[in-house]
Amino acid sequence: MTNSTHTTNAPLVMQAKGLVKRYGQVTALDGADFELRAGEILAVIGDNGAGKSSLIKALSGATVPDEGEILLDGQRIQFKSPIDARRAGIETVYQDLAVAPAMTIAENLFLGRELRRPGLLGSALRMLDKKKMLEESVARMAELKVGIRSMTQAVETLSGGQRQCVAVARAAAFARHVVIMDEPTAALGVKEGNMVLELIRRVRDKGLPVILISHNMPHVFEIADRIHIARLGKRAAVVNPKKISMSDTVAVMTGAMAATDLPAECLA
Amino acid sequence: MSSTASKLPPLATLGPFIALILACAFFATQSERFLSAQNFALILQQVMVVAVIAIGQTLVILTAGIDLSCGMVMALGGIVMTKMAADYGLSAPVAIACGMAVTMLFGLINGLLVTKIKLPPFIVTLGTLNIAFAATQLYSGAQTITDIPAGMTALGNTFQLGQTAIVWGAVLMLALYLVTWFALRETAPGRHVYAVGNSPEATRLTGIATDKVLLGVYVLAGLFYGIASVLSVARTGAGDPNAGQTENLDAISAVVLGGTSLFGGRGMILGTLVGALIVGVFRNGLTLMGVSSVYQILVTGILVILAVATDQLSRKGVR
Repeated sequence: MTNSTHTTNAPLVMQAKGLVKRYGQVTALDGADFELRAGEILAVIGDNGAGKSSLIKALSGATVPDEGEILLDGQRIQFKSPIDARRAGIETVYQDLAVAPAMTIAENLFLGRELRRPGLLGSALRMLDKKKMLEESVARMAELKVGIRSMTQAVETLSGGQRQCVAVARAAAFARHVVIMDEPTAALGVKEGNMVLELIRRVRDKGLPVILISHNMPHVFEIADRIHIARLGKRAAVVNPKKISMSDTVAVMTGAMAATDLPAECLA
Repeated sequence: MSSTASKLPPLATLGPFIALILACAFFATQSERFLSAQNFALILQQVMVVAVIAIGQTLVILTAGIDLSCGMVMALGGIVMTKMAADYGLSAPVAIACGMAVTMLFGLINGLLVTKIKLPPFIVTLGTLNIAFAATQLYSGAQTITDIPAGMTALGNTFQLGQTAIVWGAVLMLALYLVTWFALRETAPGRHVYAVGNSPEATRLTGIATDKVLLGVYVLAGLFYGIASVLSVARTGAGDPNAGQTENLDAISAVVLGGTSLFGGRGMILGTLVGALIVGVFRNGLTLMGVSSVYQILVTGILVILAVATDQLSRKGVR
């Protein structure tokens, strides 16, 4: 799964066909297609208004598209809310550090999915199994090699990058099919951003495909296996970052170059 | 695991206990009657109403809200339950249930306005404070209701512990603190109350129905105010239309003195009990010293500002 060149033949995990989303007079998605393959990091880039965030919202259940269909492992799915998407095994990490600062790391990892004690303590008294949640937190964080020692420290005592690592680790721990990351490094400095990128790579290596939305071209080129370029509500092209230059990618994204003018080996 | 302690700066956790001990030490030097079992039993009896209101208030403040209507809703509950018994001859349990239904209805209204119309809790409860006050005066005709069955004041009865007579209502109050302490600390809904106060957006994104948590908190607060109504009626032996006026701000004072942050998401229910005891000890001690009640209110005001300032300053290092 770690080899990133094989992914064009890997099976499709998530697929969207002809998505249309209109907001009044504005057409945000105009027949957009999308394909995510097993074991890859797929970056989604696009200028403002290219339909990038509408696409992600449709995939994560935050909006319902007007037309088109979404398939997960070949099955047609319809999400009415992000909770539906989560139930289907799709976890989303949001840009603005979606963690509760005064609560501990372990509590944040299990927030909304708490484990209860076995037996009467759990069923009658609804008592939480704090010990088990703590142990699982340690195990999950160790698996992803997140170097945070104490799971009982409050999230607010962590740096921005470490907090984002907690959010990513939570998504990776509970996702069964896909992890969507919306600008996970946007608020971070260079070192902290690299720490999160490293973690995203480990999530992929664990076997979970990742959809990465980012404006940061160096980050995209450093980490993505394929790049989905959104433009004018459609998919302009999917390119291979190993074969295409950053400037050509930006040219396609902004419309300065047509995707049809790209050499065939650049496409993925 | 010191998970709870690590969430709060040491000062916010220990401060209330230290303040309570210092206050007791001070009053012990001022009055020889202060340090007696009888006097502590009296303090418990004096604080039980405020302390139970303060449980509901703590829940609301933990969600970064505030309930200004608490004391007035408690007074209305007391009037409703005593009128039901006096006017319609309802038995004590039925009349009490009617009063508690009214306090919970007020909680529901507060909660619905906060969650569905997204009004700030301060404004909503300022409105319901006035509505509950007016309803109390209108329904009672500003008359005290004394013709009530003995069953309604049962919690005002005492039992002997050694030489000391302890009121049953104080036992109920302590039991309610233990139950709330357990629920907030050891159950998922309890943790969700903290999470909602801490970061509503992050909590919503994890799939927790934050509106349901908030609504539940306001209705539960109404339940606690209803229990406080029973205790108030039991303590005074009557439905008093002028009840709740000092309790309203004393309950908020107790929460703040107990170290719960007005910004939500941080605090401990047992701190509120200590905060209520601080308010009670000051009232009791100053009375024993012969200080007039106006100065007692003055001291409570200064204490609250000190507590909030301590909260603010001790968090600067964390943020």
